[in-house]
Amino acid sequence: MSDANQNAGPSENSDLHSAMPTEKIKAIPLRHPWRNLVAAVLLVASISFLYDASHREIYDWATFTHYLFNHRVLTGVIVTLELTAYAMVIAVLLGIGLAVMRQSPNPVLKSVAWAFIWFFRGTPVYVQLVFWGLLSTVYPSITFGIPHVGDIATIPSINNLSLFVLAVIGLSLNEAAYMAEIVRAGLLSVDRGQEEAAKALGMGWGLSMRRIIIPQAMRIIIPPTGNEVISMLKTTSLVTAIPLTIDLYMATRDISATTYKPVPLLLVASTWYLVFTSVLMVLQYFLEKRFARGYAQMGLEVQAAPLEGNGAG
Amino acid sequence: MTTNSQFMVQAQNVHKSFGAHEVLKGITLNVAHGEVMCLVGPSGSGKSTFLRCINHLEVVNGGRLLVDGELIGYRDGGEKLFELKASEAALQRRDIGMVFQKFNLFPHLTALENVVEAPIRVKKLSRSEAIVRGKELLARVGLETKFDAYPAHLSGGQQQRVAIARALAMDPKLMLFDEPTSALDPELVGEVLDVMRELAKSGMTMIVVTHEMGFAREVADSLVFMDNGVVVESGKPAEVLLNPQHDRTKAFLSKVL
Ligand SMILES: Nc1ncnc2c1ncn2[C@@H]1O[C@H](COP(=O)(O)OP(=O)(O)OP(=O)(O)O)[C@@H](O)[C@H]1O
Ligand SMILES: [Mg+2]
Repeated sequence: MSDANQNAGPSENSDLHSAMPTEKIKAIPLRHPWRNLVAAVLLVASISFLYDASHREIYDWATFTHYLFNHRVLTGVIVTLELTAYAMVIAVLLGIGLAVMRQSPNPVLKSVAWAFIWFFRGTPVYVQLVFWGLLSTVYPSITFGIPHVGDIATIPSINNLSLFVLAVIGLSLNEAAYMAEIVRAGLLSVDRGQEEAAKALGMGWGLSMRRIIIPQAMRIIIPPTGNEVISMLKTTSLVTAIPLTIDLYMATRDISATTYKPVPLLLVASTWYLVFTSVLMVLQYFLEKRFARGYAQMGLEVQAAPLEGNGAG
Repeated sequence: MTTNSQFMVQAQNVHKSFGAHEVLKGITLNVAHGEVMCLVGPSGSGKSTFLRCINHLEVVNGGRLLVDGELIGYRDGGEKLFELKASEAALQRRDIGMVFQKFNLFPHLTALENVVEAPIRVKKLSRSEAIVRGKELLARVGLETKFDAYPAHLSGGQQQRVAIARALAMDPKLMLFDEPTSALDPELVGEVLDVMRELAKSGMTMIVVTHEMGFAREVADSLVFMDNGVVVESGKPAEVLLNPQHDRTKAFLSKVL
């Protein structure tokens, strides 16, 4: 009987084959007249805009090319990249810490994390940066002590912190509040059963976070973190509030203050920001693709699993 | 195995409430060393809650729960009970294996990694030692070809067998099963029950919440029927199944048999 079945299969197939038309389809593709028209109009518009821009005096392309690789501008690029990198690394670590604290069973940790996020997300980053700049004025030194008893310890060195360090602190603390929310969403996306299974195996809370929960949350955490990096790159232009004046934006501002040509230098700054946000977008694209691939694969293989199961089980 | 007490599990008048909703209303039962107990009852009767209390995944509100003579979740200070620290509770859980209805395998780890994770991190076994033992256990549940498969690539029955191997890897003295076959396609139930049957033969003490009455009759030493947070009836499986004494047991069995 199984023989009969096996024979029926292929012969049926070949019958179908011979009955089917074999030549390739030569259909006329669907036309999109409106789409083409709009594209043509936009193309003409952009060409005339570029043509106009290349001749418009105020853009001053000579100055633009002269300053694009200017030493101060390149130093500014480095400072901006450094600010972005340091601030993001600290923000991610702090954000993980805060998110884990918010999930912890300890009410003290929970409230501290909640208050931190409430404050740093609730006030503008520009205002926070101004405050960090004023830190040494507000607190010339910090003294720990008991009133009417005496001082225990004094930290005199706050005004020794460089403006760069203050900028990193200011940017990272603000960003940490956002990262905490992103990480929290990632942690919440992990099935509760995972924590239970870890617990049932005798894992403590920290161990199960580190080995079980956080690795799974990463898939959810990574894409929005890419957005935050791009956003941070641009937010560094606010460090003038500290005032740190050596980043990319302030470098171009300083130059235009002496050349009286603000527009070409704004173009210089914009070009560099665009270059690096583009690089980051490409990186993010590949990261997202990689993590999406994991999901797509899983979907396929779950469907295939019963077959596999019959074979081995 | 060293035994500290006459019974593996002693539940003495265990109470558990969620807010105002009392789910366990005084459960008293004993499980001997090496005994296989099947726990049956209608949905919502508190079977899962009782299992989770034994593993201290839920905190008991009243009564005592002892595993191998050791009070679960508390330290007995004579007059008063002192809540255990999280690390102490984790220590108690090491010796109690649990298998969940939905497997709860770690999806980012392969079958073998699932099995060796806790022995390495919790029991501090050496990696090579844990891997040898992990492979042994996976082979024991019939998965010697699936060491490097991720859970998503395994069928439900295979996943549940990995979950059983993962629990066994901690060398538990007690295994808790919460409806281990309820999430499985009918044709995969058998392979999981086979593993459990073999485990029971090896002398493991097991408490199994299940609707598989055939398994209960064949494998279990005792059957406990729970309803509405109390033990209604218990005894030898054949006796309870063939000759139930209480109306509620009769009504329940007429539905599942
Ligand atoms: N964490 C919780 N919070 C509040 N109520 C809960 C919680 N867990 C369980 N319950 C309630 O306790 C009761 C008993 O639940 P339990 O899961 O123990 O029943 P069960 O006998 O295992 O049922 P089933 O056969 O459906 O699994 C149910 O009414 C349930 O709604
Ligand atoms: Mg249940």
